[in-house]
Amino acid sequence: MKHLIAVGILVALTTLGVAAGLRALPLAPIAASAQAGPIDALFGLHLQVIAFLFSLIIVFMLYSLVVFRRKPGDASDGKHIEGHTGIEVLWTIVPLGIVLYFAYLGAQTLAEIRRVDPQALQVKVTARQWAWTFEYPGDVTSGTLNLPVNRQVLLKITSKDVIHSFWVPEFRVKQDAVPGDKMVKDLVITPDRIGEYKVRCAEMCGTNHAYMEAPVAVMATAQFDAWLKQESETPTDPVARGRRWATKFGCIGCHTLDGSKSVGPSWQGVYGKTEEMADGSKVVVDDAYLIEAITQPAAKLVKGYGNLMPATIGADLTADQIQDLIALIRSLK
Amino acid sequence: MNFFSLGLARGIGAQIIGTAIGVAFMSIWRAALGMPVNEMEPAAVFGGAVGALAFMFGVGALTDWTRIAFGHAVAEHPAADPSQPTWARYFGVSLDHKVIGIQYGITSVLLLCLAGLFALIFRAELVETGLQFLSPDLYNTLMSLHGIVMIAAILTGVGAMSNYLVPLMIGASDMAFPRLNAFAFWVNIPGALLLLSSLFLGGFDTGWTGYPPLSARAPLGMQFFFMGVYIVGLSSILGGLNIIVTVLTMRAPGMTLFRMPIFVWAAFATALIQLTATQLIGLSFMMVMFQRLFGMGFFDPAKGGNVILFQHLFWFYSHPAVYVFILPGLGIISELLPVFARKPLFGYKWIALSSLAIALIGFFVWAHHMFTSGMEEYLRVPFMYSTLLVAVPTGVKFFSWIGTLWQGKISTPTPMLFVLGGIVVFLLGGLSGPPNGTVATDLQLHDTYWIVGHFHDTMFGGFVFPFFAAIYYWFPKMTGRRMNETLGKLHFYLMTPAFFVMTLGQMFVGLQGMRRRIADYDPAQGLSPTHLVVTVAAFLIATSVLVFLFNLVHSVKSGEVAAGNLWASRSPEWQIPSPAPEHNYAGRPFVVVGEPYDYGLPGAVYLQMGDAATPLPPGHAAAPAE
Ligand code: HEC
Ligand SMILES: [Cu+2]
Ligand SMILES: [Cu+2]
Repeated sequence: MKHLIAVGILVALTTLGVAAGLRALPLAPIAASAQAGPIDALFGLHLQVIAFLFSLIIVFMLYSLVVFRRKPGDASDGKHIEGHTGIEVLWTIVPLGIVLYFAYLGAQTLAEIRRVDPQALQVKVTARQWAWTFEYPGDVTSGTLNLPVNRQVLLKITSKDVIHSFWVPEFRVKQDAVPGDKMVKDLVITPDRIGEYKVRCAEMCGTNHAYMEAPVAVMATAQFDAWLKQESETPTDPVARGRRWATKFGCIGCHTLDGSKSVGPSWQGVYGKTEEMADGSKVVVDDAYLIEAITQPAAKLVKGYGNLMPATIGADLTADQIQDLIALIRSLK
Repeated sequence: MNFFSLGLARGIGAQIIGTAIGVAFMSIWRAALGMPVNEMEPAAVFGGAVGALAFMFGVGALTDWTRIAFGHAVAEHPAADPSQPTWARYFGVSLDHKVIGIQYGITSVLLLCLAGLFALIFRAELVETGLQFLSPDLYNTLMSLHGIVMIAAILTGVGAMSNYLVPLMIGASDMAFPRLNAFAFWVNIPGALLLLSSLFLGGFDTGWTGYPPLSARAPLGMQFFFMGVYIVGLSSILGGLNIIVTVLTMRAPGMTLFRMPIFVWAAFATALIQLTATQLIGLSFMMVMFQRLFGMGFFDPAKGGNVILFQHLFWFYSHPAVYVFILPGLGIISELLPVFARKPLFGYKWIALSSLAIALIGFFVWAHHMFTSGMEEYLRVPFMYSTLLVAVPTGVKFFSWIGTLWQGKISTPTPMLFVLGGIVVFLLGGLSGPPNGTVATDLQLHDTYWIVGHFHDTMFGGFVFPFFAAIYYWFPKMTGRRMNETLGKLHFYLMTPAFFVMTLGQMFVGLQGMRRRIADYDPAQGLSPTHLVVTVAAFLIATSVLVFLFNLVHSVKSGEVAAGNLWASRSPEWQIPSPAPEHNYAGRPFVVVGEPYDYGLPGAVYLQMGDAATPLPPGHAAAPAE
């Protein structure tokens, strides 16, 4: 009996210590969505139970190891206890109650974080190897996920190629982006903290999975509305328009504008350059070549790159849009 | 001695030749049909399959069956070839379950080292942000191979323990189907070679889960991964079948189910899962193989396929597989605790039935890997309930272990240290499970390093620690010598703290937002210091394993002689000499007359050993009903 009392006290103390230690550690990034609250609360509760169960087993074990250690020279056996049905039933029933309670809490929390506000802003999220695009009402497409603070967004997530996963650690929720016509998956998020974050692809999606990130900006409503309005008007500057099409049609998923290497050649400095093709021929990059490269990507392949550019992408573009894109490429010295 | 008198050498030679013939045949065939010959994949896959079959013929695992098929007689228990040195027996087909058990064990240790080596390479890469010395594709391949080779290592380790121990523990002279047993072991070798060859065939970047559509477009290495897993899975099914039949029909007289050593229960529950679930991973991988080879659109959205279906099929095996990995280890813990606490196993029946309960519930939880996958929303909550239920029988095991230690007379030689370490590590793995099993919190934790930390704890606690415990504990039974205690303790005290640091560090970066399976991470997240610590810890674990390997090799020849019942165990295998004689109890069968774990009860007897003069009924007789 005295052993049990001693262990009881030690378990209580250790639990308090472990729980306090866990609370002191920075165990999550900043919370930036309304959904983060209930999720973090549930995780915190999990941690407390973990602290208790960990202490329970460890203290009993270490105590036994110290107190019930075999003394040198003692060859006798321990106490003959085969078990105890009552206690076995107890430690079956009590954990059963606890896990059922946790499952219930989990279901509650899930319902809470999935509640959809009919006023929610809808944003279509498209994933492809290895880029994200975000489409807003009013035919606005962006490579940055701009969101108004304190308004719910309903993300409609899908993928063009393999499985990806939409995750912003600060928002605490993730959803896979799945290819297929009917595979549009919903995710609700209510950002509640102004700031900059990142979408980080959480499902293995091939070579550049690690780099499949996109900026997120949570901003004041007025600022967001202004941005959306500005974006929904077609700019007068052809280069700015080109930039818009490059985002909208996903070119920047494979082409960079700053000279860095990606799936396709960077657009910086290509205009006017003499390029070597895969078949060894040389081509001067001019308007005619660019039009061909966009409308019939397989006609000539740049040396060192695969035939990876979607063959039909040119068909989605109008002649004017192609001209804007060329203007953009020309501007990137 | 002629090199090619070793079955292994013949097998590998045959596999190389078989592969070449297969490739050539299929290329010519395709050329004759006017199909594009520069498309290497069909020929390569066909070659891989032919090569694996050729290995089995070359090594001699199919010789007896071929002879039987042609009406020739084969020896019931072929004696070892006396012209060969003893070590050579381990490199060719033997029907002795103890030899096969050790063959499994050696394979497992080798694969563990190899998979660990892959991990060390990419752990070094992760020390800093940016790419140090690996390309993203090579990183992805090493990461994927680390996972699947570890799994092959664990499966062969499980095979080692159940093959070596089950017949000895139930008083049988061998497994029920010795030839099938040899086949099931040897097929792992071409399987593992296929897996490893993927490294040289463009690799693959899907991780061990092989999800399409990514796996449908990955390089050729992917197909060799699929084939390798398929073949290793075949071994698992056949091995499981053998264990089930052996346990059900070959127990010593008087050994009722509840008088079996507790490890046998664990092996039996494991075998049930292996026999019934493995088909699903084989099927799901075969479907992707066929999608690639024949254009079947099972998981191709463009052809009306559904990519989520794959995940259901895959996890229907791969969750229960987790219990294949850990149940035998938990059985080892339950088996060794009473010996070193000198007390009966607390709640024997509860522990035995908890293994079955885990195996059973394990079939109804698979979709907890898919909470974020986009499967039907209404599936999430039921699968959360079933998943959390697993905690109940697992808890029973922990509490019963503590009950066993309580008021014992505990001593801590190396095997017991690994048992205790295993309990704590598995505890961490178990406790970090419910947050992922709860849908709401899993939406944050899924596919992060939290999960990586969680399953390294369950795998090490449920397999690696107990496996080491088993090796230190039964090494004398296998060799007649014991392993060096000092080195054993060094191994333990080096590995255990390093391991805690490693997995807790993994969980920590995961909570900070580190995703799984990434070759590089964002400097803005400030994760590098923890990654450095995790990598250092991983190298310390590797160092401790080197100590173990040295001890193992050294002790085979020069270990202290330990012929008798070294640990004062009540279990049958310790009542016969070490190393265990050729046909176990032949000439010395026993009857079970008492309870297995009656330590501390004066006069309690478990077995009555017969001797050659007064033979008891042979070990082959089925146990009478209770
Ligand atoms: C899936 C990746 C991908 C996407 C999306 C993509 N491209 Fe490409 N692109 C490539 C690759 C790879 C090449 C190099 C091989 C070739 O010449 O076809 C290339 C080449 C080009 C070239 C020739 C560049 C040079 O240096 O000669 C142009 C121009 C181009 N793409 C424009 C576009 C435009 C405009 C879009 C968007 C409407 C786009 N691409 C979308 C992959 C892509
Ligand atoms: Cu990804
Ligand atoms: Cu699982």
